[in-house]
Amino acid sequence: MTTAHVTTGPGRRTLIGGAAALTAGAFSALPLTGARAQAANTIRIGVLSDMSGPYRDATGPGSVVCTQLAAQEFAGRGFNVEVIQADHQNRPDVGSTIARQWYDQGVDAIVDVPTSSVAFAVNTIARERNKVFLNSGAASSDLTGPQCSPNTVHWTYDTYMLAKGTGDAIVRTGGQSWFFITADYAFGHALQRDVSRFVEAAGGRVVGAARYPFPQTTDFSSFVVQAQASRAQVLGFANASLDTVNSIKAAREFGLHRSMRFAALLMGLVDVHALGLAEAEGLLLTESFYWDLNDRTRRLSTRVRPLNQNRPPAMVQAGCYGATLHYLKAVADMGVAAAKADGRAAVARMKAMPTDDDAFGAGSIRADGRKLHPVYLFQVKGPRESSGTWDYYRVAATTSAEDAWRPLAEGGCPLVRT
Amino acid sequence: MDEIFGIPAPLLFGQLLLGLINGAFYALLSLGLAVIFGMLNVINFTHGAQFMLGAFVAWALLSFLGLGYWWALLLAPLIVGAFGVLLERTMISRLYKLDHLYGLLLTFGVGLIVEGLVRNEFGSSGLPYRIPAELQGSWDLGFMFMPIYRGWVVVVAIVACLATWLVIEKTKIGSYLRAATENPALVQAFGINVPLMMTLTYGAGVALAAFAGVLAAPIYSVNPQMGANLIIIVFAVVVIGGMGSILGSVVTGFGLGIIEGLTKVFWPEASATVIFVVMAIVLLTRPAGLFGRA
Repeated sequence: MTTAHVTTGPGRRTLIGGAAALTAGAFSALPLTGARAQAANTIRIGVLSDMSGPYRDATGPGSVVCTQLAAQEFAGRGFNVEVIQADHQNRPDVGSTIARQWYDQGVDAIVDVPTSSVAFAVNTIARERNKVFLNSGAASSDLTGPQCSPNTVHWTYDTYMLAKGTGDAIVRTGGQSWFFITADYAFGHALQRDVSRFVEAAGGRVVGAARYPFPQTTDFSSFVVQAQASRAQVLGFANASLDTVNSIKAAREFGLHRSMRFAALLMGLVDVHALGLAEAEGLLLTESFYWDLNDRTRRLSTRVRPLNQNRPPAMVQAGCYGATLHYLKAVADMGVAAAKADGRAAVARMKAMPTDDDAFGAGSIRADGRKLHPVYLFQVKGPRESSGTWDYYRVAATTSAEDAWRPLAEGGCPLVRT
Repeated sequence: MDEIFGIPAPLLFGQLLLGLINGAFYALLSLGLAVIFGMLNVINFTHGAQFMLGAFVAWALLSFLGLGYWWALLLAPLIVGAFGVLLERTMISRLYKLDHLYGLLLTFGVGLIVEGLVRNEFGSSGLPYRIPAELQGSWDLGFMFMPIYRGWVVVVAIVACLATWLVIEKTKIGSYLRAATENPALVQAFGINVPLMMTLTYGAGVALAAFAGVLAAPIYSVNPQMGANLIIIVFAVVVIGGMGSILGSVVTGFGLGIIEGLTKVFWPEASATVIFVVMAIVLLTRPAGLFGRA
């Protein structure tokens, strides 16, 4: 029988500082009573996500819902599944404290972990403890590059695929000179680097970049005016979430949409929702999942919405569903005891089995931990074209699983070389 | 083209102007804080949440009642100010006799609760709010395009700052207020209702925060974190200006906006830090702040 428990830790702001934050993490990570008796026959999954910060709507509680849904749908395979959750507050110190506690207290797999800097920390800990790390929320392609690990699967998306999807599409249709507004941390740097490569490979050039402090920046007008002064043809937003929304708003306010093309390099459904179709109309963006893509994604969305404040799953949340489902399939295949004893073996089994789920269809996981599935370039609909809330995208192009991701040999993953 | 420190002059002028615009927000927010601290001796850590509430009320007025920006500019400060009055009457007023720290912790806690409730109800990714049709578009200043709305923000902020200063420094009610700060018992003895005055002062400070929130709604995404991000900078502004000094908070608000704006050109990565560097230097050399009385 499959059970899905949820501990509800209230979201906390990061103002008080380290001590309070660590306490918060410790409380959210407390083990559940009653679960210990069946510990040997229970797979424990911890959803470690942003429950209170800017990435909450695209990950957070929706990721928990999707992970639970996968657990419920996999019921009756002779073992229990328990899902717990915690808020990492987008801070590597908080995230790694929780990850260590969880793994030491018998959590077998950590799911989601948006924010690349936190994901790197969890990646290292999962490897040390020989547990499983199913990343859906973080973007940096280094997770399957120099930092790749035999204990990690990077499921949903990465900076390379975003760069290729949106960056390459724009540079090939004439956007030759680029200026970036970049979030000054691991993710922003990786995204700018990956896009720059495509721009330069296609004969274009990067004329400048403004790196702003993350997450303390609220006003982007200064960077927008610098971008305007650069006279570049394309303005690349190498940031995410609220920052993307705020920087696009500022760019439009200063009239940049009349002289430059916008490349929102990581933008998702909830960001379009926050920006509003009137301002987002026509933007090109890359995602590997959209709820209204086909019958299977629509069916998944129908199952998720009642549990998710009537919101369809966002890409990262759908990734949590797919990754958890496939992990549980691998566990069932190799036996609970073996899966709990050796995280590396569980991930190896995941790589050996073909994947198939309602969110991403059929796919596979590569030796470096990269999950492969098709990637879509979407164009945002206008207010008149949209039939209502969440009807935001039309498909502009589809890239096959073979072409969308960074070739195995180019990532620099030590697992592949040896 | 003329260059200053390797930066084209027009770009530099543009950035100075943008710094001034951001400074307008800092000034408006720190003004409310300074009024509340100066008159009530309460360090109002709910200020960021009240700023955010102002923006959310503007959004709600539009979405649920169809009342646009101009109505919001009037109604949101009244509604959020009323919330402030309620908060002062039921909670803050009980702490006047205690150390500042208790008021700080109470208001900090209330701020977190308010933000949490809004986040639970509306999510974290924000809600759209558009610039009113009358203020859309931009002026060509030669060295940059200046959105009309940003110009409007600066003008309104300066007017609001001046008006507040005039009320407190030049009117009878202002003189009562200042007297009540010095010696509440004596002022009370003259037949003036000091507790009521305190309540209304807090309400007015909160209304200023909500007013700034409405001004911010069209240019920043309306989201639960919008106040938390700004409030730390605004506290630094108040500390640099001198706790409780109204003139100090206004001048420092605009000044630091400009310093931050310039940092965004020369060293963008440090733009979030520069204000705190200034704060540390000021505290070391003038512990009471630039305009504070030691």
